[in-house]
Amino acid sequence: MQHIEVNHVSLVYDTPGGKVPGVDDVSFTMAPSEFLCLVGPSGCGKTTLLNIIAGFLSPVAGEIRIGGNAVNGYGQDRGIVFQDFAQLFPWRTALGNVTFGLEMKGVAKAEREAIALEQLKLVKLDKFAHSYPHHLSGGMQQRVAIARALAYNPAVLLMDEPFAALDALTRDDMQRLLADVWRETRKTVIYVTHNVAEAVFLADRVIVMTPHPGRVKAEVRISLPRPRDPLSVEFLEYQKALLRHLSEPSRADAQ
Amino acid sequence: MADNVPATTAGALRTAPGATTGRGGAWWRTPVRTAIPFVVVFGLWEFVARLGIFPKRLFPTLEEVAQTFVELTARGILPHHVFETVLRLIAGFALAALVGIAIGVMMGRSRRAEDIFLPLVSICAPIPGIAYAPLFLLWFGLGDFSTILLVGFVSAFPIIFNTWTGVKAVKEIWVRAAHSMGADDRRLFRKVILPGALPYMLTGLRLGLAQAWRILVGVEILAAVPWGLGWMIFGAREFLNTDVMLAGIVAIGIIGFILEKFVFERLERYTVVRWGMMTA
Repeated sequence: MQHIEVNHVSLVYDTPGGKVPGVDDVSFTMAPSEFLCLVGPSGCGKTTLLNIIAGFLSPVAGEIRIGGNAVNGYGQDRGIVFQDFAQLFPWRTALGNVTFGLEMKGVAKAEREAIALEQLKLVKLDKFAHSYPHHLSGGMQQRVAIARALAYNPAVLLMDEPFAALDALTRDDMQRLLADVWRETRKTVIYVTHNVAEAVFLADRVIVMTPHPGRVKAEVRISLPRPRDPLSVEFLEYQKALLRHLSEPSRADAQ
Repeated sequence: MADNVPATTAGALRTAPGATTGRGGAWWRTPVRTAIPFVVVFGLWEFVARLGIFPKRLFPTLEEVAQTFVELTARGILPHHVFETVLRLIAGFALAALVGIAIGVMMGRSRRAEDIFLPLVSICAPIPGIAYAPLFLLWFGLGDFSTILLVGFVSAFPIIFNTWTGVKAVKEIWVRAAHSMGADDRRLFRKVILPGALPYMLTGLRLGLAQAWRILVGVEILAAVPWGLGWMIFGAREFLNTDVMLAGIVAIGIIGFILEKFVFERLERYTVVRWGMMTA
């Protein structure tokens, strides 16, 4: 059974200079609990594609099905983590942010706080439950955002370069933490990144996209045992393979 | 978060908490620093008053003003004026806050409301409040009703403008996050738009209150109300009672300071400052 089906999805941007294709005839499917990375240079439509799957944008052609149902707008079956640290509500504590989705679902206060605390424990922030976002570091804020997206228990987690704005050391920690969280929660994850090493570290499968228009160029299955060792020969081989896909014939359009 | 911090006009009245510890000073540094400009102004005043360039009646010494202030307070005259003025201020300002926030939010949320209200508000806002006064007095008669209505009308404009700006400045990413977590329109409004726009709204309320003061003191004379600080100050002119005028001005200053210190600053410290959306 497929969990997510993306069938011939296209999107065209209306710009003052005319119509610009953003995403062109993209198709792929995902199994439940699969971790998929969308990799490509900026402008290749990977974030646009994620926004279509999230329901913030409607495709001009094609359709997306999640669990058999066609996607039509946003919904609580998908949790979303953005790149921008400012995604948290500054007027709510870490705990208040994480309870938001449950509150919208109508879960009673005591219960939703218990669940939220569990989620914060999962991202190792239970000690900061009552801190406001501006007192947390960027990495901590992104961890709260992950807990918030998981708290109302969506089947799918959509992540748009969540660690791109973090420093390299913190990013490594975050990737390990996310791999652990994914192992425990078994969500179906679509993760957008332009960092090849990150994709090889996290993904079951990587889709390489090319820009102008955004198309699927290659699919690479990463069959490495977890937890993965970024210094192993096989890991580097996968990185090389992805980089080759990214830089090959379409180099001219990418610039 | 810095792009979400509106400029505030009341910066001058603030002393940042923790400012004393910053330069390793003692606890008395801040009050002393705040007092210095007042000491200078008072000193100059006293100097000029004692030089005798102006007639004593028109330029009383500080001692005389203080004496009048204490006397008027003891006889219950000043408190009565203050009471009536503050009551009108609160009534008019509450009206402005309610209507102003409602219209501002509508303009921020709906394109149609924006199209309808923005031209009206843009044209009416820059007109000095006192220019509307004769019209209001003819329509609604002399007295409290006209005064409160006019204060409400005039001070609603800055509240409308800032609320509108604030609602429009609510980050799209908060709206997206809330939508994806299942917020419907009503809860999006209450739990995201309102707190998100709060820094601007507070600025609008502050400007609105300043506006309310300005128009209220002026209109109290025109509306022929029997009590009120505006009436007291203008009435004192007839008898060349400059000390009474100055006592009235001092009273207005004190009330303004109290409202700023104990209402707005507290409200801010409890909300937007605590949330890191504005620095103290």
